[in-house]
Amino acid sequence: MNAITHHTPDAMLAAYAAGTLPHAFAVVVATHVSLCVHCRAALEAHQAIGGAVLDATDSVTVSDHLKSDILAQLDAPAPREVTYTRSGIYPGPVMQALEGKEPNWKTLGMGVRQSILSSNQEGSVRLLYIPPGQAVPDHGHNGLELTLVLQGSFSDETGRFGVGDLEIADEDLEHTPTANQGDPCICLAATDAPLRFHALLPRLLQPFFKI
Amino acid sequence: MLAVRDTRDRDAFGALFDHFAPRLKGFIMRTGSSAHNAEEIVQDVMLTVWRKAHMFDPHRAQVSAWVYQIARNRQIDIARKYNRPIPDELAEDPGSEPDASQILAVEQETGKLKQALSTLKPEQREIIEKAYLGELTHQEISDQTGLPLGTIKSRIRLGLDRLRHELKAMRQ
Repeated sequence: MNAITHHTPDAMLAAYAAGTLPHAFAVVVATHVSLCVHCRAALEAHQAIGGAVLDATDSVTVSDHLKSDILAQLDAPAPREVTYTRSGIYPGPVMQALEGKEPNWKTLGMGVRQSILSSNQEGSVRLLYIPPGQAVPDHGHNGLELTLVLQGSFSDETGRFGVGDLEIADEDLEHTPTANQGDPCICLAATDAPLRFHALLPRLLQPFFKI
Repeated sequence: MLAVRDTRDRDAFGALFDHFAPRLKGFIMRTGSSAHNAEEIVQDVMLTVWRKAHMFDPHRAQVSAWVYQIARNRQIDIARKYNRPIPDELAEDPGSEPDASQILAVEQETGKLKQALSTLKPEQREIIEKAYLGELTHQEISDQTGLPLGTIKSRIRLGLDRLRHELKAMRQ
């Protein structure tokens, strides 16, 4: 595997630690951290700062019964919690978004497929499957788009992105990501607003496919 | 914390409670929760600390950093009614001996970090607090050009570089 060269910006890691990233972006950042030791170390640095802030917070006296209440519950069975772990090319956070199931691929034409993991007003996160040599239709963004490669690679006007690389595209970037030769390119892509496609057909399909 | 993790020591857990519960309550109330709701979240966080103690790794984090992330995760899970995405855990090498020098290094780096935080100007400190209390978006954090985030983080760089090497070794 080639080394990861495109990382999560520091402000996003801080916001992820603090829990203020929109859900769609948090899925991508958690997935990137699962793949990237550099960003895991950086995230742990942010957690250390958060811990220092917590330690320096002014204490507020807790109710007398709180401690005994908690101690009394230590032996109670823990609520069942489902945890998801990596499966194939999909790290735990993707499996969590898939709820442990296989991706539900829907064709977008030209061999391109997508599987929507979640979509609401806050944004959307999906898996994209792009055959070698195929381009994702030319699009701009309202807001930010995060694209993380899970298999294969793609290139666009800004560079080459291999497994683990994260591309951050703001609304000024009009780009045409094209899958490179080799394995089909599978990406995890998130936006905090709907994409705008320029080609006529994809634009007509946009409401239908929620892209 | 290690006594809680390794021998399920209730007195040690009581000591953790005495240290963290009042701070957690203050921390959670600063994010706008009532005293009553804050105590419910404190209870939830402390029980999570007990139940997930086996996941605490002193080679990589001090207790406060670990408790901080649990507190933010639980606050968000409770508010949104779904679990937030969490990175894959790094599996510790089974049977690997604790490395006292690495644990000490994490403590020292954290000490330096606290020192660095305490010497900030009040307005810078306030921005840091806001960011880690979850009151700023990533865009707002990114726009804080006067924020000495990089400087602060560079103080714990040494420990992190070591960490990075170890993680790489674990992956290979």
